[in-house]
Amino acid sequence: MIRLEARTAPSQLMGVLSPLLAFATTMLVAGAIFAALGKDPLQGLQVFVLEPFNGLRALSELGLKSTPLILCALGLALSYRSNVWNIGAEGQFLMGAIAGGGLALWVTTAELAIPKLAFFPLLVVAGALGGAAWASIVALLRDRFNANEILVSLMLVYIANLLLSWLVFGPWKDPNGFNFPQTVSFAANTEVPRLIPGMRLGWGLPVALLAALAMWLFMFRTYRGMQLQVGGPAPLAARYAGFSSRAAIWTTLLVSGGLAGVAGAFEVAGPMGQLTPHVSSGYGFTAIIVAFVGRLHPLGTILASLVLSTFLIGGELAQSRLGLPSALTGIFQGVLLLALLACDTLVQYRPRWSRSS
Amino acid sequence: MNHRTFLKQLALGALVAAAGLTACSKKEAPPPAPTPVAAPAPAKPAPLKAAFIYVGPVGDAGYSFAHDEGRKFAAAQLGDKVVTTYVEKVAEGPDAERVIRDLATQGNKIIFATSFGFGDSMVKVAKDFPDVYFEHATGYKTAPNLRVYEARFHEGAYLAGIVAGKMTRTNTLGFVASFPIPEVLRNIDAYTLGAQSVNPKVKTKVVWVGAWFDPPKETEAAKSLINGGADVLLQNTDSTAVLQEAERSKKYAFGWDSDMSAFAPKAHLGSVALNWGGYYVKAINDVLDHTWKTGETKWGVKEGMTDLVKVADFVPADVKAKVDAARQGLKDGTLAVFTGPVVDNTGKVQLAKGVVADDKWLGSVNFYVKGVEGKVPAGK
Amino acid sequence: MNQLALLVAATLSAGTPLALAGLGLLLNERAGVLNLGSEGIMLVAAVAGFGTALLTGNEWAAFAAGALAGAALSAVFGWLVIWLNTNQYATGLAISLFGSGFSAFVGIDLVGKQLVETPAPSVPLLRDLPFLGEALFKQHPMVYLVMTLAGAAAWFLYRTRAGLVLRAVGESPASAHALGYPVRRIRLAAVLAGGALCGVAGAYLSVVYTPLWVEGMVAGRGWIALALTVFATWRPARLLLGAYLFGGVTMLQLFLQAQGVQVAPQFMTMLPYVATVVVLVLISSNPLWIRLNMPASLGKPFFPGA
Repeated sequence: MIRLEARTAPSQLMGVLSPLLAFATTMLVAGAIFAALGKDPLQGLQVFVLEPFNGLRALSELGLKSTPLILCALGLALSYRSNVWNIGAEGQFLMGAIAGGGLALWVTTAELAIPKLAFFPLLVVAGALGGAAWASIVALLRDRFNANEILVSLMLVYIANLLLSWLVFGPWKDPNGFNFPQTVSFAANTEVPRLIPGMRLGWGLPVALLAALAMWLFMFRTYRGMQLQVGGPAPLAARYAGFSSRAAIWTTLLVSGGLAGVAGAFEVAGPMGQLTPHVSSGYGFTAIIVAFVGRLHPLGTILASLVLSTFLIGGELAQSRLGLPSALTGIFQGVLLLALLACDTLVQYRPRWSRSS
Repeated sequence: MNHRTFLKQLALGALVAAAGLTACSKKEAPPPAPTPVAAPAPAKPAPLKAAFIYVGPVGDAGYSFAHDEGRKFAAAQLGDKVVTTYVEKVAEGPDAERVIRDLATQGNKIIFATSFGFGDSMVKVAKDFPDVYFEHATGYKTAPNLRVYEARFHEGAYLAGIVAGKMTRTNTLGFVASFPIPEVLRNIDAYTLGAQSVNPKVKTKVVWVGAWFDPPKETEAAKSLINGGADVLLQNTDSTAVLQEAERSKKYAFGWDSDMSAFAPKAHLGSVALNWGGYYVKAINDVLDHTWKTGETKWGVKEGMTDLVKVADFVPADVKAKVDAARQGLKDGTLAVFTGPVVDNTGKVQLAKGVVADDKWLGSVNFYVKGVEGKVPAGK
Repeated sequence: MNQLALLVAATLSAGTPLALAGLGLLLNERAGVLNLGSEGIMLVAAVAGFGTALLTGNEWAAFAAGALAGAALSAVFGWLVIWLNTNQYATGLAISLFGSGFSAFVGIDLVGKQLVETPAPSVPLLRDLPFLGEALFKQHPMVYLVMTLAGAAAWFLYRTRAGLVLRAVGESPASAHALGYPVRRIRLAAVLAGGALCGVAGAYLSVVYTPLWVEGMVAGRGWIALALTVFATWRPARLLLGAYLFGGVTMLQLFLQAQGVQVAPQFMTMLPYVATVVVLVLISSNPLWIRLNMPASLGKPFFPGA
């Protein structure tokens, strides 16, 4: 019989091995499915895992897809470390998209000749404000009324979604858009500046990477950041650490909401160029997974969002290259995450042979 | 209770995984996709690569399914002259551009994007690949290597209306609608006009579900219409839900996009079906023959792109005769669905007497004709 | 009058899958486990139920298959969350992701297949009552079953010893453990029961409500069921009412349209969610109320003093 025994300290080795083990498991499952579908497993894996890295454009697309995930997951990592359970990044993302999109729409319809480089910081601010404002509702209700932040933040996702839907079906609808639920295409000067000419990757990625660096510094190199992680909202422990639980709630929610909002603004003013009801393909929820896969570590989030983006894009490529059904993406992502979560147990526990049953 | 038998859990995990795998391996037939790269035979030229992108799953039994049937038809017709590929469930947003660009990079010479929301992505990619031909269904933006095509779906809806007008007992028709865009409004209006051509007392009720595809909501909308007194339903949402609800409530309804007669033997009056295959053969041939030119294609009953098919046996012969007459009229040009006077439901004349609607007029329909109840949502 | 009766009937039917899944999640959450995988679980159950109905032609076999599929998938969730102490939110979301992909994948061949139509059921004698007959007594048996189930759940939670233990586990797993209750097994049992009920809800959608299978057909109802548990402050009777309210708002909005009244559907749809937040704030602002209502250990892992 094998039984699990708690380790005295988390295993460093397993911390590294666990993701690899999970990845290997996923590849095995994937290979088996490919074989069952009558495809060459190696070719299948190659398309799914390697092809998304093939060439500059592929890398640009991968970066583009990762940007919102990194931004959302960074804030979530901070709040989870501080024991604040914000699971409504999706709603905060959407409000950032509405704020950023609204700003771009205003600049477009008023035909303001604001230079691209001047608009970009405004966009960041608008997105951050939109997302942070939405998260501040959660913080307020938690702080003032003790309302559970998990549930409030989740409810606000639905509300944000409906608000967006109302805007693009109603007041913000493109008057010449044949009644389609979408705004006008934004003016060129509102577009997020691009990194490489001809490629879609914009300044969003460097901003996300900088945010990750800043988050790392804050988490591990500032007193306040450390305090936050020790204290969290648990009043006793926090008082012990000299940090108020109220501050933890407000700080983490505003930061994570703001980052998710920036991600939303980048998405509408970047690859979308207009607001539609389908601004997010679930980035805020995927980011929760990213945060955990990335070990709630800022640099881990970058890697984790790369992995999830790879699977998303790999899924598309597997359709056009190999004629595989699109449903595989969800299966592989799910298997990877479940395997990772399971393997992570080995970080905290040691499997032991024992004779007792 | 603090020691856990790990093996037990492992076994549980393995069991679940095994269950999953068995389920997978049971699915022997892979999805109907072609082998992408066939080794070119030495003597013949390499086959032309054609790619399709769909907004829904090919298994929606509706819109994307109809396009995929068209793709298969073209592949069968053209044999080894063409190799086709498709990508399903592409979101109408940033993802579309990446998919289209990738298909172009992969050496596809002609790319069909089958939903309105792919338009902007098509324009962007078409600019970067001047030697690839782009075809956008239901769009309006063209370029030297990007052209648009659509079906005069409303002609099929008009034929359905003729049957509906004769079969209704309450003189109330129902329409489950998706989004208030001109194409959909044309269908509502054409359905009503068709019914009024045989039964002037007909009224139409409309319920908007705000989705192309949400079967439970389509069911609920159908239920609301039936409860509101409608007894013959049409929808331009893409699932069989409305038809099935009509069957359950002992009312009548039509299939949409493809032949749906099998889903409701008693309720099904006919299906307004789309047949894209003919166009796909022509478009691919245009590329093969180097005769591809940009422009707009709008095909209807005459070209066989849309029609009312599988009219139920229990529909009386005189009604069928009326449908046949109208179909003949549409084919030889003696009948146009929108011929003035067309009056909207506020009494305003939208098309003067004797005028036949042109494509520009058709492309901007944003009103209900007389006999449709209510107001177009947020319409002007 | 008849219109109103029909609206009531449609509401009951629309609320049924929400109530089924909601009751399941309520049991989960009462034991302290938050399962964000409900959408994926319902999808897998919907495809399993539809496939079974297609094979056997028996809808009760289909419900059983749905329940089984739901329980199987939530067993994975429960094992990870309860024994391996993985994070509940991440695990739930992973299950959701996996469930939508997996159901789409195994369901490819089921798309476009149709079930043998069963005659619309109704209650003899009572169906002939004026108004009430139309409103209440021409429904699928599952509609009545879910009402009974809500009553049974309330009785179980508040009137039985097992229910008391379940609530204790959700309130304070540490004390329950100290008293010698197998906290983890109880939680797993709650998770399995919850998954099974979500599964029946999924099968009801694909076999009865809209008898067809297409991928993603649950269309967010799993998420609504999650919201419902909060709205109901974890009380079965309120959950049932909440399910009818959520279902009723959708139906009312479509009904009004069919009557030619135009409303902005987004705001009507938004109402229940806003109400949920308000309810949550009300019960949370009073320490006594919250203790009476919300499972205190909801979402928190339990380590039996290793």
